[in-house]
Amino acid sequence: MATFEFVFFCLCSLLCLLGGVATVAAKNPIRGAMGLLATIIGVAGMYLLLSAEMLAAIQVIVYAGAVVILFLFVIMLLGPVAAQEPDARGAISRYVGAVVMLGAAIAGLLAIVGSGGGVPTQLAAPVGGMGSVEAIGKEMFGRGVVAFQITGLLLLVGVVGAMAVARGRHGDASATRAHAALLKSKGPRHPSLIAPLSPNRSTAGARPPVEIAEGAEAAHGEAPKTLVTKEVAS
Amino acid sequence: MTSAVPLQYFLVVAGMLFTTGCVGFLLRRNLLVLLMSIELMLNAVNLTLVAFNRVHQHQHDGQLFSFFIIVVAAAEAAVGLAIVLAFFRVRKSVRSDDADLLRN
Repeated sequence: MATFEFVFFCLCSLLCLLGGVATVAAKNPIRGAMGLLATIIGVAGMYLLLSAEMLAAIQVIVYAGAVVILFLFVIMLLGPVAAQEPDARGAISRYVGAVVMLGAAIAGLLAIVGSGGGVPTQLAAPVGGMGSVEAIGKEMFGRGVVAFQITGLLLLVGVVGAMAVARGRHGDASATRAHAALLKSKGPRHPSLIAPLSPNRSTAGARPPVEIAEGAEAAHGEAPKTLVTKEVAS
Repeated sequence: MTSAVPLQYFLVVAGMLFTTGCVGFLLRRNLLVLLMSIELMLNAVNLTLVAFNRVHQHQHDGQLFSFFIIVVAAAEAAVGLAIVLAFFRVRKSVRSDDADLLRN
């Protein structure tokens, strides 16, 4: 039993750390998201070892089920831009910051190991019901009920804010503006794009059928600009 | 019967995970990777809280804190990704270096 726990801990910590390194080092953000997923599952396994069963379930549901999927959606929405190559601005300060951080962490670890004092704190056997839904629920809806309510408010604000920021300034107006800009821009266009603004289309019914057929043929064959001038001239 | 894994092992793993996330946050330029690094750091802190809660197991304060941190992290991921999308709409890029409209 004890050895099984230790092996499980080793597996989980390996999953955590390898996933973390993969998240940070991956060139392709999709691989990074997969590394994040591995880390989250490893942390959930450690929650199980620490007899926090409900948190392990929440970790898998919320993180692996929602946050990572959200990341994947955005990465796929952005397409190849998501894996852009970096430019060299500020590279030195970045590396200095990272090396200082890493050095401080390693120095701290060495200091702890080098002090050599300290006996590992052996965890006592878990009390019955520790980390269960019932035990956490009693505390959350007892002492923590105000914080729980505020959490709901926070999620509401987060959802509304995320929608407001991601939607852009004016939903339909921007699409209309983009269409107008596309029509104004030079270069060859698809005939279907010029149709709404073409002055001749609206009066097409008044003209003889021969001209309409000619115009339609031209719309398929040539650039629409030529089509407009020809019809105006005729 | 005591648990096979001492408290300090969890803390060391959490510290390494936090360092990984922090170094990634400092090194990378991709906004998506920056957000993922933040998630790594939050996970490391959560692990620390739950590990200490295992020592003082007459109460669930650490697990409650972890729960609220998970909630905040989820909201933060949603808002952060929305900001990344809005930024992409303006600059056609997700590099943090391109967020320089206030420079000069």
